[in-house]
Formats: sequence, C-alpha cells, structure tokens
Amino acid sequence: MTVSIYAVIGLVCYLIAGPFVGGFLAGVDRRITARMQGRFGPPIMQPFYDVRKLIEKEPVTVNSGQDFYVMCFLVFVIITGGLFFFGENLLLVIFALTTANLFLVVAAYSSNSPYSQIGAERELLQMMAYEPMVLLTAVGLYMTTGSFRIGDIVAGGGLENGGIPLQYLVGIFIGYIFILTIKFRKSPFDLSLSHHAHQELVKGVTTEFSGRTLALIEVAHWYENVFLLGFIFLFFQNGTWYMAVVGIVVALLAYFLEIFIDNAFARMKWQFALKSSWIVTITFGAVNLILLYYLKGLM
Amino acid sequence: MTLETIIFLVLIPLVIALALLFIRHDAARGPIVFIGAAATAAFSVVLAIQQEIWSDAGPNLLWSGATESAEITGNVMMVVEAALAVVIFILGIKYKKVLASVLVAIQCPILIWFELTKGHSIEVANNINIDQFSLIMVLIIGIIGTLICVYAVGYMKDFQSHHADQPDRRWWFFFLMFLFLSAMFGIVLSNNLIYMYFFWEITTLCSFFLIGYTKTDEAVKNSFRALIMNLLGGLAFVLAIVMLGGTYGTLEIDQLIQTGVAAKALGQPDYIINAVVMLLCFAGITKAAQMPFNSWLLGAMVAPTPTSALLHSSTMVKAGVFLIVKLAPLLGVQGIMDLGSPGFMVMMVGGVTFVLASFAAVTQSNAKRVLAYSTIANLGLIVACAGLGTPEGVWAAIMLIIFHAVTKSLLFLSVGTAEHNIGSRDIEDMDGLFGRMPRLAVFMIIGIAAMFLAPFGMLVSKWAALQSFVDAGGIWVVLMVVFGSAVTVFYWGKWLGKLTAIVANRQNIQDKVHGEEWFVLMGHIVLVIIISLSFPLFSGNVVVPFITDAFSGLSDASAVALSSDNMIIMVVLVAVILVLPLLFYGRTRKRIVPLYMAGANEGDNLTFAGAMGKDVPVRLRNWYMEGVFSEKLMNRIGVIATCFIFAVSFSFVASLALSVFRYLQGGGAL
Repeated sequence: MTVSIYAVIGLVCYLIAGPFVGGFLAGVDRRITARMQGRFGPPIMQPFYDVRKLIEKEPVTVNSGQDFYVMCFLVFVIITGGLFFFGENLLLVIFALTTANLFLVVAAYSSNSPYSQIGAERELLQMMAYEPMVLLTAVGLYMTTGSFRIGDIVAGGGLENGGIPLQYLVGIFIGYIFILTIKFRKSPFDLSLSHHAHQELVKGVTTEFSGRTLALIEVAHWYENVFLLGFIFLFFQNGTWYMAVVGIVVALLAYFLEIFIDNAFARMKWQFALKSSWIVTITFGAVNLILLYYLKGLM
Repeated sequence: MTLETIIFLVLIPLVIALALLFIRHDAARGPIVFIGAAATAAFSVVLAIQQEIWSDAGPNLLWSGATESAEITGNVMMVVEAALAVVIFILGIKYKKVLASVLVAIQCPILIWFELTKGHSIEVANNINIDQFSLIMVLIIGIIGTLICVYAVGYMKDFQSHHADQPDRRWWFFFLMFLFLSAMFGIVLSNNLIYMYFFWEITTLCSFFLIGYTKTDEAVKNSFRALIMNLLGGLAFVLAIVMLGGTYGTLEIDQLIQTGVAAKALGQPDYIINAVVMLLCFAGITKAAQMPFNSWLLGAMVAPTPTSALLHSSTMVKAGVFLIVKLAPLLGVQGIMDLGSPGFMVMMVGGVTFVLASFAAVTQSNAKRVLAYSTIANLGLIVACAGLGTPEGVWAAIMLIIFHAVTKSLLFLSVGTAEHNIGSRDIEDMDGLFGRMPRLAVFMIIGIAAMFLAPFGMLVSKWAALQSFVDAGGIWVVLMVVFGSAVTVFYWGKWLGKLTAIVANRQNIQDKVHGEEWFVLMGHIVLVIIISLSFPLFSGNVVVPFITDAFSGLSDASAVALSSDNMIIMVVLVAVILVLPLLFYGRTRKRIVPLYMAGANEGDNLTFAGAMGKDVPVRLRNWYMEGVFSEKLMNRIGVIATCFIFAVSFSFVASLALSVFRYLQGGGAL
C-alpha cells in the first residue's frame, strides 16, 4: 500500500478544515435563503455561534444510551469522509456512510419518543430513496475510469485525451444532483429533519437531542456535506489542476442550486420522495449505465 | 484414513439419529444430543485438519466405484431410495396430494431403470470429492448445525410444555435433525451425482417431515408444498443424471466440470453439457427457495424455530447454493442478453429473487417472516454471483454462504428465545426488548448489524458481489442489487431501531432462558466476531486456493473481488465498532429528563396528557408500507418473471440440445 502525499494532504485538510468549510457553507446557505425570502439573514458565522451556544447549555439527556450512538454517528461520518479524502474505495465510502447514518437513526429510535421515531423512520425512508442513485454514481465512475479508488479517479486514470467522467455520465450526474436534495435535507425532501419552521414535523430525528449532543450532530452534518460535494468534484477530474478548480466551482454551484430548490418547493409526501427518486434513478442513472455498457462494447 | 473420517462423519449423525429414534426417554435425550453434537463437530474439524483446508493441495478425489464397499453402498442407496419413494407415494395419496405421488412415481422408476441398465456399466472413478469449498460446508454443517441441535434440546422442552395436549414426538424431531446433518455431509462430499441425488432426496424428505412436525392442517399443507417443489427439483436432477450418463458415460461432477470447461475454452458451447448444467441448477434453485419456489421456505416457518434455523442457515437451502456454486465454472454470461446460457438463467433468477424478496421483507412485521425473506434474498445474491461464473463472483458467493450461515442461525435462534419468553414473534412486540431481555437484545442487535452494515461480513460480501457484477457485465443484476440493498437497509434498520428503543419501566425477564440456549447463542456471537475479524485470512488461505483450482491457471490476486487493503480496513472498523460500546455505552453524567411528547409528558415517559385532560398512552408502530411494497404483488411479479426466464432459457437450450442430438443420430460427428 503506497500512500500518496496528496492522499495525506487530503485527509489532514478534511479533518481540520472540513467542519469550518461545512459550517461556513451552512452560514452562506442561511444568508442566501434569507435573501430569497426577502429577509436580511444572520451573519455568515451564525452556525458557529449556534454550536458554541449549544455546547454551553446545561447537559441533559433522555436516556443514558443515545449519546453513545450520536458519538458513533460523528465518528463514522468522520471515518467516511476521511476515507473519501484519503482516496479510498468509493463503495467503501458509501457503505460507511450508511453505517454512520444508521447510528443517527438508532440514536433517535432509542429515545422511544414519538417525534423522534417518526423522524427516524423517515430518515430510513430517505436512505432507501437515495442509496440506489449513490451506488449507481460509484458504478458509473468505475465504468468510465476503471477504478473504484477515489485516488485513481481524481488522477484521471482510464480516460483518454484528458476526458472527464462527466462526458459519459450526464444522466448519472443529473440523478446525483436530484438525490443530493435529499441528502442535504432540503425541501421538498426534508422529511426527517428540516430547518424550515413551517413544516408539519420540523426536527424529527433530532427532537430528543440537546446541548452538546446536538452540537455534535451539527458538526457531523458539516463534515458530511463537504464530502457529499466531493462526489460532484469527482465528475470533473482528469488529473489537471484547472479541472480541479472547475470541479470545486461546479460543486459550489450545485450547492447554490440546492438552496434555490429548497426555497422554491413545498415539502412533498414521502411517497413522492421515494417514487420520484427511484424513477429518476432508473430513467437517468440506469439508462445511462446501460448505454455506457453498450458504448464500452463498441469502443 | 480420510475415507474413514468421511464415513464416520456421515455415520455419526446417522447413529445418533437412530439412537434418538429408539431411546425415547426424556432424560437420555439431552446427553445423547450433546454427545452426538460434540462428536459430529469434532469430526468435521478433524476432517478439515486432515485435509489441510488451508493448503493449496487441490481437490482430493476418493473412493473408486469399482471397490466392493462402493458397490454395496450403491445398492443400499438404491433400495433405500425405492423404499422412500413408496413412502412418499403412499403419503401423497393418503393426504390427497397426488402431485407428490405423481412426481415421485416418475423420477424414482427413471433413476432405477437408468441405474440398472446404462448406469451399471458406467465406471465411477471417484465417488467422493473433498476440496476447500466442501470443507467449508462441512464446518458450517458440523458447527452451526450441531449448535442448533443443542439449542433445540431446551427449546423443545418449552415447546412441548406449550403444546401439552399433543403427544410427545420429540424423538422424531431429533431423529430428523441428526439425519438431516448426516445427509448434508453426504451432499457436500459426493462427487458421484447418484450419491448426491440420494442425499439430496433425504434432505427433501427430512424437511418435509420437519415442516409437518406439528401435524396441524397448516403444517401438513406447507410440508407438502415444500415436498412437491423439491421433488420438482429432484426430477430435474434425475433428468440431468440420465442425460449426462447417457451421452457422456459419466456420473462424476468433476468430469462434468472438466468437459464443460474444455468446451468453454474452445469457445464452442457444448449444448448437452449446458442442458445438464441447467437442469442441475434448476434443482439447486428449487432447494435454495428461489422464486418462483420461495413459498415453500416461507411456509416452513410453521415448524418449531430450530427447524427454521437449520433449514435457513446450514442445511437445505445451502445445499441448493452449494451445487450451483460448485458448477459456477460452467456458468457465466457473454454480454448483456445471453439468453441461451445457463449462467444467464441462474444469474437473472437470483437477481430477481434478491430484489423482490427484499421488497417483500419491508411489509413483514413477523420476525420470522422478515428473516425468511432476507434468507431468500441473500440466497438470490449467492445464486446470482454463481451465475456470473467468474472467480470474483464465486469468492463473493462463498463468503456470503459463510457469513449468512452464522448470522442467520443466530437471528433465528434469538427470535425463538424471544418468542418463548415474550410470547410473540412480532417485531412490534419487541418494543423495549432492551429492557426486558438485555442480553438477548444485544445478541439480536449484533446479528442484525452483521446482516447489513459495514464493516461486517455480509456487507463485505455484498460489496464484492456488486464489484463482480460490474466487472463481468451483469449490468441488470447491478441494478437489482442497488435497489435491493437500499431496501435491505430500510427493513433491518427499523427492526434495529425497535430493539434499541429504551422503554421505561420494563421488567427484566431474561433469567428464564435455558442454559443451553445461552450457550448456543453465545457460541454464535463468538463465531460472528471471530469470522468478521479473521475473514481476510480465511479468504487468502481457504477460499482463494479453492477458486484458483476451480478456475485453473488463475493468479491468486484475480480470485478476490476486494483488495487486501480494503479487507484490512474492514477488519479495523470491526474492531472499532466492537470496542466503542464497551468503552462508552451507557456512561453519562448528564441529568436525565423526560421525553418530549405530543402533549405534556405525565412523567413516566409512557403517557401524555391528551385533549380533555385524558391520559393517553404512547404507542409507537413501525412502518410497513404495504401500499408500496405489497408482498402479494412482489411474489406475483417474481413468479411471472422467473417463470419467463426459465421458459426462455430452457426452450433455447432444449432446441439446441435437440438439434445436436439429431445431428448425432444422423451419423454426423461433432
């Protein structure tokens, strides 16, 4: 196992800068959202102030078990992101992410409180809705670059003439953007956990968490968001620095797009969330893969 | 030396079975079972050591058909087979299940006719084949299977006291359990197809009697369903034997594989071999409860829980996948629509079963039914992997077999213990199991996590499976796997949630559980952990040598779907996930406060103040989505889809085989 210097840099940057970038993006999100709604909005650093305030609160909990699960959630989100930025196997990253999310679900279930449990079930529903598309994204990247290893994908292996994966994966890309709305917990798919006060269930999964525990969940989400955007980055890589810049820019644009969608749609029912994401997964993701399979046969 | 060990291995469970049949005294049964289980487990380990399971030695073929002992064995088998056929025939008529009688009246005479005419002149060089894969199966049967028998001692005591109005027929139950183990050893060690068929039919019969054990109307109905479906597979098996023996003059699996691989290497598919393989795989598919035959395994749940544990984990269904995986070098697909090949049929049936059984599991609240659908789904994945016919696929399939055997047995037995103590097998009633039976709940949580979560074994194998489908052009199955595994997360996740929920005021009732049950459950937990931590070693030293032999001329590295780096990462994560709870679970110095509820919490976390000042107890139910994933609909789609696949594949192969046959009859040469 040869460890490349870029992998180490990627890992260290993610571990240290990840939450700051994630928190900063969250601040930008709140500001832009406010502007879209005709408000002025909080300062960009507000998410950090919020977390600091949460940490200072009196430590209370509803049972002695849930803090453990939340800690595991954070640990596994960091492991997941760490594996991603270290350049490990994409499928491994996806599976580790599932494990991380499941800790959050179990934390919510463990309280045995009505709102928490509804939130937890919806969280599971959302995982079920987005997971096929995320897996197909990995498969698509593998079929174009010949590797599941993120390090190889970023290095542009397997593609000729400086091509980027996106040129074969437009459908997959659209599908991934679609399910990113779910992953970012944006309306119309913010079923389990929302930041809009007008929804029928606002903080489903996190109802029973407070203080420091809630702060941990916030930080975990920041970590998570950064590497979810990292997936978009991968679509543009061919090993050159300028495509790396393009990748970052498009990832930020995608983030903006999600904020826009968030403010443009009302929450949909769960049936719509599940069916629409699966239909998109099939019509864009699966069809793209099948075409790619034939294409590869022809190449 | 080895031959003696093998004969002992098959005979010990048989002798114990007979002892249990004749010594019906309650006090004697426990010790006999314990001694028998220990001896069987010990002999399976001895065989593994003797054969140096970890070495690259290659398959060990034994016991020529020309020896006197083999001839006598063959004759005994034929007589027993005929006697059993008569029994089934009479039972079929007695219970008005004529189809069973008809099926047995077709296949048994064909086989006996074949054995007495053509079969008699066929020289069998080796009746027995031991390779790493069969040794893995021996260990699974010898360890998991016997643990289940030990568990059954305590369980059946409770079962009998719950059904005190029924006559005590436990002697029959334990007889069948041990006979089953004996027959399973026979299946995984046979090289002669006629031997394998003999043991195959014994397992069919054992499962028939075990499912019908309680003799209720439902049990009888379901046992006949299982019997008929498995006899259908048996019929295919007989046809395969006749076809192979009739055209190629051999009955040996290794010969079959060699001939087929040689034809494949030349790039000219041998249609007769293809037809034989297809028939054998069909038999495997019926036994492995793939769609459209999955209903027999669901029906099998009327039997006492140890039966389900045995059928689902180490025996019966594993016999089906064992045969298919064994034939994997002859399977494989060329391109995305390779309709005529047996590999395509096997892969598609497995894939369809995986996705639809996973969907159906979502709607189930009966824990045993969830487990049953999950078994069907996982077997589907194994079958699909084998259908790919690539080394990677076989690696994933064998890993799935190992992990699934241990984990599923653990889960069934845990549910059995829960059922006897909380009086229900419904997941909804497992609310707060964490408070009532903490140790059992932890065992179940480990079992469930091991079924679907990274970094545990099942997920590792699923990952490998996905990778091999992508590599070998199983694009249709890739799609099925991604949807199926997403749903898998949902149905396990909500069960896991129910178990971890901490419900106030629950009394601990777990001290009523039998000592044997704890022992066996504990044993399973130890196995799950050991396997999860040591699987890279197991892969490198046992599975890979088997694969490099099965696909000759293969380098070690290309026999594994996952790189060793990734496997090590998984093992490290397993260690992390095991250590974290030991260090941190339940340690809090925070003030415990009441829950937030729909109205003011009354302070006990169980009721809240509802409208009009009434106290409303909180009731939480899980989510079953019957409207989206209707069980009935999934089964209907599954039956139509898989029957269609069978029809297409068989008509292709039958027409091709027929044209070859005509050509040969007309005096042409191949």
